[in-house]
Amino acid sequence: MSSDSNNEQIETVSDAEPTSANISPGKEIELPKFEKELADKIVEKFGTRIKVAFVKPDRVRINVGRDDVKEVAEFLRDVLNFDHAESVSGVDYPQDKEIEVVYHLGSYTDPSLSRQILALATTAQREENPIPGNDATRLPSLREIFYSVEFHEREIFEMFGVYFQGHPDNRRLLLPEDWADLPPLRKDFAIKGR
Amino acid sequence: MNKELPPGLALQKVDERIMTLNVGPQHPGSGHMRIIVQIDGDFIVACDPDPGYVHRGEEKMAEYRNYITNIPHLERPVIHDSCNILYPYVLGVEEILGLEVPERAKYIRVIASELNRCVYTMYWLAIYGIFLGHSTMFMWPAGDRELLIDLLEKMTGARVTHAHFVPGGVRNDLPPNFEDVCLRQVNYFEKRIKEYAAVFYDNPILIARTENTGVLSREDAIRLGTTGSVLRASGVDYDLRKKEPYDVYEELDVHSNVMKEGDSYARSKIPWLDMMESCNIIRQALQKMPKSGSVRVKLKPNPKGKGFDSVYKRVESGRGSLGCYIVSDAKPEPYRVKLSVGSFRNLIALPYLLKGEKLGNMPAVYWSLNYWPVEADR
Repeated sequence: MSSDSNNEQIETVSDAEPTSANISPGKEIELPKFEKELADKIVEKFGTRIKVAFVKPDRVRINVGRDDVKEVAEFLRDVLNFDHAESVSGVDYPQDKEIEVVYHLGSYTDPSLSRQILALATTAQREENPIPGNDATRLPSLREIFYSVEFHEREIFEMFGVYFQGHPDNRRLLLPEDWADLPPLRKDFAIKGR
Repeated sequence: MNKELPPGLALQKVDERIMTLNVGPQHPGSGHMRIIVQIDGDFIVACDPDPGYVHRGEEKMAEYRNYITNIPHLERPVIHDSCNILYPYVLGVEEILGLEVPERAKYIRVIASELNRCVYTMYWLAIYGIFLGHSTMFMWPAGDRELLIDLLEKMTGARVTHAHFVPGGVRNDLPPNFEDVCLRQVNYFEKRIKEYAAVFYDNPILIARTENTGVLSREDAIRLGTTGSVLRASGVDYDLRKKEPYDVYEELDVHSNVMKEGDSYARSKIPWLDMMESCNIIRQALQKMPKSGSVRVKLKPNPKGKGFDSVYKRVESGRGSLGCYIVSDAKPEPYRVKLSVGSFRNLIALPYLLKGEKLGNMPAVYWSLNYWPVEADR
């Protein structure tokens, strides 16, 4: 397997540039209409409290402060008909002293939204020396709004040390009970030998 | 049907009537995970799934390897369905690098992923059969699965861990004469799985054991965010091959199977119906595939993204929607890779379904969730 991937490096001489895709970096592309409307509805409601990070075909991403995230999520569920979370991801940014949590929301009930994934991103304060559950790395839990985030939020708590306030069951899920190291998906937890 | 949801799985005060049982992690009925159940006589009062025994840190490893060398290890969580678990990652990397995939490669991908879906489903069906005490249903799928594994071996060179999809196409073109062999084997395979109806799906013993056990209503299936066969067995028509077609699924006629009952029987029948649909899709793809042409875009060594970017791609795998969230920061390695897998999303339904169920029905409910512990742990 590994020799195969080495071949990959050798055989791919740069005789052909990767063909430029439909998503070129130019700014002149027209934004997709439906997604634009979706983003506009959110901006109309919350104004400057949220920031639309990008609008791509089928994908909209908005960034929200941690104090507003519950209110925005409620709006997304009740008015825009997003009904479940597909995925909740943590991303660690040590240089910004932030841990970002991204909720990818989808809808089963609204046929017009079946292609759409709305990414709702918020950030928690990052501690240099984390004490998971007992430090300032906290976010309000969205479990009351989207029941489906329950296990995802538990996973982020153990993997990044983000404590979700209001989550009924902030226990570990995948890690062993006696794990005493840093939360392992933080960037400062290094793999040995790398 | 309005059962109360368990309050966050936190185990309650135990009174004297209640006994706590650990099912697993070595118990064959639970796979590589532990299910803590509390029983009152024969009835389950509370259930607390405890996954994590086969956690491999795939997401962490992916941050240390470049886009190409991530391919062989990211398929490990579910080796029977390795094409489908690589699919969203490869689609995501293609968007980050800005690659246009050749038409023939797209069709080869569809064929490989449908074959893989059948291989996975047959393996799951064998386990489902044996845990319901039906040993014929263990032997038949385990044997018939070989037909498709042989095809995939001809196609990719490996029986299970194919590592066949690469950003920009597939690793190899099809061997000569593959189309004819594939058509023949798939037709025979379809004839074989139709025979399962008489021995398994129409069997009164199976129906008696699985009908009306572990019923998940439509509203709860949506609220819990379940996916794949669990969702479609509860009457929600949501198949990504139809709803958000990727690669060439748009040009193929895909029918998604939906049932209304939401019980273990419906959940176990949907994957079987899906296999027949996969045979249809493979036949269509073989017909429409361009007969020749390139199957792979050449890449520069250590390709990089253009800047800070994030993509979320998803495909329909054997266990439902499989999403991949990639954050790139213009380095050869991804900044973060997150796999959102169907098994992990369906696990949330388990405590809810088992509450009030008889302990003896646990295997019927648990395996009907189409759950793969290794994939859930990643």
